[in-house]
Amino acid sequence: MDFSDLPDDELWLQMQDDLYDGMKEEVAAETNEALKRGYGPTEVLEKGLVAGMDVVGVDFRDGVLFVPEVLMAANSMKAGMEILRPLLTETGAPRVGKVVIGTVKGDIHDIGKNLVAMMLEGAGFEVINLGVNVDADKFLAAIKEHKPDIIGMSALLTTTMPYMKVVNQMLIDERMREEVYVMVGGAPVSETFAMAVGADAYGRDAATSVDIAKAYMDNVRKQDKIDKAAAVNQ
Amino acid sequence: MTNRFLALLAKSREDNSPIMVDGGMGTMLFAAGLMFGDPPEMWNALPDKQDKVRAVYRGYLEAGSQIILTNTFGGTPFRLKMHNLQDRTYELNKLGVELARDEAAKFGPERVVAGSIGPSGELFEPMGKLTYESAVDGFARQAEGIAAGGADVFWVETMSDLMEVQAAVAGARKAAPHLPIVATMTFDTKGFTMMGVSPTQAVNELAKLDLAAIGANCGNGPDELEATIYAMHQVDPNVVLVAKGNAGMPTLVDGRAVYNATPEHMLEHARRFRAFGATIIGACCGSSPAHIKAMTTALRTMPPLDPSTLQLTAPLAERKSMSEDKRARRERRG
Repeated sequence: MDFSDLPDDELWLQMQDDLYDGMKEEVAAETNEALKRGYGPTEVLEKGLVAGMDVVGVDFRDGVLFVPEVLMAANSMKAGMEILRPLLTETGAPRVGKVVIGTVKGDIHDIGKNLVAMMLEGAGFEVINLGVNVDADKFLAAIKEHKPDIIGMSALLTTTMPYMKVVNQMLIDERMREEVYVMVGGAPVSETFAMAVGADAYGRDAATSVDIAKAYMDNVRKQDKIDKAAAVNQ
Repeated sequence: MTNRFLALLAKSREDNSPIMVDGGMGTMLFAAGLMFGDPPEMWNALPDKQDKVRAVYRGYLEAGSQIILTNTFGGTPFRLKMHNLQDRTYELNKLGVELARDEAAKFGPERVVAGSIGPSGELFEPMGKLTYESAVDGFARQAEGIAAGGADVFWVETMSDLMEVQAAVAGARKAAPHLPIVATMTFDTKGFTMMGVSPTQAVNELAKLDLAAIGANCGNGPDELEATIYAMHQVDPNVVLVAKGNAGMPTLVDGRAVYNATPEHMLEHARRFRAFGATIIGACCGSSPAHIKAMTTALRTMPPLDPSTLQLTAPLAERKSMSEDKRARRERRG
């Protein structure tokens, strides 16, 4: 696998296409090639992997791609990330945001939740995946330990869906609700249902969830700037 | 002895009548006190819970279901393993069918017991760890229990991956080659299954498996199901179609998730499913014997609807194609 004859701009496109098609080895090789050419890990992440996952996200949302293709793409993204992660840590690159995600207590369905986790990682988020059957205490412990910006809850059963409200109430009782942005999703979950359990947002599908998470983080950063400016002016 | 299910199909063909199947099992058991996280199949073996399983069967038989599905949906070793019950696969499935057989017999010799087989919950290689061979073996273990319990038909349901349907069918055939098989998929992602199978593709691919009936179950309520049934019927009007959808979508009422379609809603939809081409009609999550009773009465006593006067309220599944520049780059790479 030799990509050395591709001009830089075509290398990015090739990387995005290979990621889209779930070609893991190619994406890893292209990641190394871009690094060899002197690009920093943040730039490789943005121009190659994240740009590629963006297209995957849009096509998933629009019904061009489905779960199998997205999982393959996410796997190739992972191959690139494994190369970049140590370098990103070294350079102290700014993070996009941190998410704690899990399927709620009593529910053992994880395909959709894992898809959301992978797409979030694909968009540059740090994701702590608590797995399935996660009770309120476990969510709470993870929030205390990892201090995430966002928590994501998934449920596929009507019997387990109401548990999202239990977790939300516990966050309120523990005075931690203001600290996190609560997102919920799952096949039988709807916008109305999400609002009824007290969530901040409903992730209709994995791509939409990523869009919402990104928009929220943008707002947070804007608000930080405003707050800082206000502090300076005082 | 002829097979009860095949006899029912023959009679339906003869007098052009719809066949009533049942409604939801899981949501009924939860209403009866099953705690979330516990496997419903375990109730087949608990002396103080068996009556509650029987009561659900009886409720649907009384409501008019000619076919009842067994409490074995999560009875593959893959699902039971999550509760460390995989070694009881045969027993739990057999018991679930026996309870149904026993209840059905009280309503005469013709009622059909269909052994429910749900998805493994796992993904095939390379996305996941499941291999085709291990899937066939797992489904076969469940099917052995179902056949031993005296089921009339295997009922593979809520599938989203065609390969998993193939594995379930192969497993069922391995266990009991003489029993007919029905397979239904769940089209809950913009009219496709989660794995991207369209209703049209499902009909074309499932036709190769020599099934007694195919169709759609679960999903996002009756409107989308109508579009799915319509699309399937267009591919082959002779195929026997099953329409078994959820009673709408869940909403939060007093801390509980409650499906929003009433028996009156489902009654009207039952007539529409029939008009759009379904033969075997019932419901799924969130429905109760009251829904099935209303649907049965509607189909038995009200005049059939004329499909040419009906309009679909949900869009048909349409595979979007890749953007032009994407395709061009792919071709360049070769």
